Amino acid sequence: MQGFWAPRRIVMAAIAAGIVVWCVLALNWTWLADPKYQGLILQGIWTTIWILVVTMVLGMLLAIPLGLAQAAGPWWLAMPAAGFCGLIRGTPLLLQLWLLYYGLGSLFPSIPWIRQSDLWPILRQAWPYAVLALSLSVAGYEGEVMRGAFKGVPHGQLEAAKAMGMPRFTIFRRIWLPQALRRVLPTLGGETVLQMKATPLVATITVIDIYAVSSRIRQDTFVVYEPLLLLAVVYMAIAGVIVLLFRWLENRVPQKTA
Amino acid sequence: MKDTAAPSPEAIRVDELHKSFGAHHVLKGVSLRACEGDVVAIIGGSGSGKSTMLRCINFLETPSSGRISIGGEDVAMRPDGSPLNRKQIERLRQSLGMVFQSFNLWTHRTVLENLIEVPVHVLKTPKDEAIARARKLLARVGLAEKEGAYPAFMSGGQQQRAAIARALCMEPRAMLFDEPTSALDPELVGEVLQVIRGLADEGRTMVLVTHEMKFAREVASHVIYLHNGLIEEQGPPDQLFGAPKSERLKQFLKSVA
Ligand SMILES: Nc1ncnc2c1ncn2[C@@H]1O[C@H](COP(=O)(O)OP(=O)(O)O)[C@@H](O)[C@H]1O
Ligand SMILES: [Mg+2]
Repeated sequence: MQGFWAPRRIVMAAIAAGIVVWCVLALNWTWLADPKYQGLILQGIWTTIWILVVTMVLGMLLAIPLGLAQAAGPWWLAMPAAGFCGLIRGTPLLLQLWLLYYGLGSLFPSIPWIRQSDLWPILRQAWPYAVLALSLSVAGYEGEVMRGAFKGVPHGQLEAAKAMGMPRFTIFRRIWLPQALRRVLPTLGGETVLQMKATPLVATITVIDIYAVSSRIRQDTFVVYEPLLLLAVVYMAIAGVIVLLFRWLENRVPQKTA
Repeated sequence: MKDTAAPSPEAIRVDELHKSFGAHHVLKGVSLRACEGDVVAIIGGSGSGKSTMLRCINFLETPSSGRISIGGEDVAMRPDGSPLNRKQIERLRQSLGMVFQSFNLWTHRTVLENLIEVPVHVLKTPKDEAIARARKLLARVGLAEKEGAYPAFMSGGQQQRAAIARALCMEPRAMLFDEPTSALDPELVGEVLQVIRGLADEGRTMVLVTHEMKFAREVASHVIYLHNGLIEEQGPPDQLFGAPKSERLKQFLKSVA
């Protein structure tokens, strides 16, 4: 407790509290009281969160075969997988997003059977391209990470499973994959935060995430600064939740730090 | 079984086994026979092919040629020695409990989970039955308190005893040990040997690669001395250790004494 109430800490806390009070009192937050904007903000936060969660999950589902192909696959699987990861990692996400949105997005309408399919009402919206581009990005980065993780699982543990007559897929599902995932957990938390920070790019293809909402509020109300502050608070809160979530996950299976 | 006059059934049989790694001819025609209750010890210098021979028995290495049968059942092999039938290999492996030099416990699972993994998820033993069996085995190897521990937090001796319990938990017909104490600090060797000795005493069939000559002499019913991929000499332990015939074995025993 002595350490906690050290003078340095008290000063810091006082400064922080001062800034918050000043922000609340001196800045213009009247727009926050507008129910229209409240609804938009909640919707924007929701969009940001679901895009983040869905693209991380889809990306990891793709990253697993991509990593496995590179770690243990035959060359005709390993090479394309490595090529894909290199391509994704070597080009800007914004470019990938626009290529998919303006490329596929203008190709699809010219193909009659796609226009007539049941999927068309979905494919003519922007979000499928946002989800696709952001998922592929996760797949590219995490595919590389998973390659290392698969290779890092001690061979003896796989051999022990084999020696006990475990079928190959059971070894993968029960031993190899869980340990590889356990290994990427510490990096995955950080990468999820990075992915969160990449989500505002979807606003460039008309998806209304929290960033798009704050831009809209700024244009409507001519309040320049405050919506950006709100944005910072929202992203920091989401990042905080991600960090806590991954810390909890990591603690569930202790790993000896050698 | 050991005391009855009638010959016990054959548990493991290896005939004229050859194994090459590329151009490196490692096993040059070795044979081995272990009946129920036998303890066969394989000794020999490093690089003589002991591990390779043991690993061929459960097809962790693919023999180049030869014949292997487990419990009287021939392993189906192609002419090049590779297994013909994956399902058969998996089934036969389930009847052979292998213990490695480096323990190889699954580090993402607790000790108890390590033990019940194969019984529950491969052999489809009811979970409570597997847990009961696992607890009994853990008590037997002196790890009753450790069932919730993760392997990385245990000593080498504890890990190896857990690995032995894990192999026993699938109720194998025979046990294969590949230098189970070689990775251990000297003060931890005794506790592991004591567990293995207990298994020998209860009449378990085992093939044991070891550098512990005194131990091999005490527990083995048959000893094989391997040199450069060939069986240089074999026989009952007292004969092999007490009155070795070949010059190489005499040299070898002198060097490890
Ligand atoms: N996977 C492998 N690839 C190539 N050579 C191997 C492999 N495993 C073993 N060897 C070689 O086979 C020989 C016998 O090895 P091993 O059976 O491990 O000997 P031991 O267990 O008696 O020390 C050694 O020369 C070793 O280098
Ligand atoms: Mg060896």
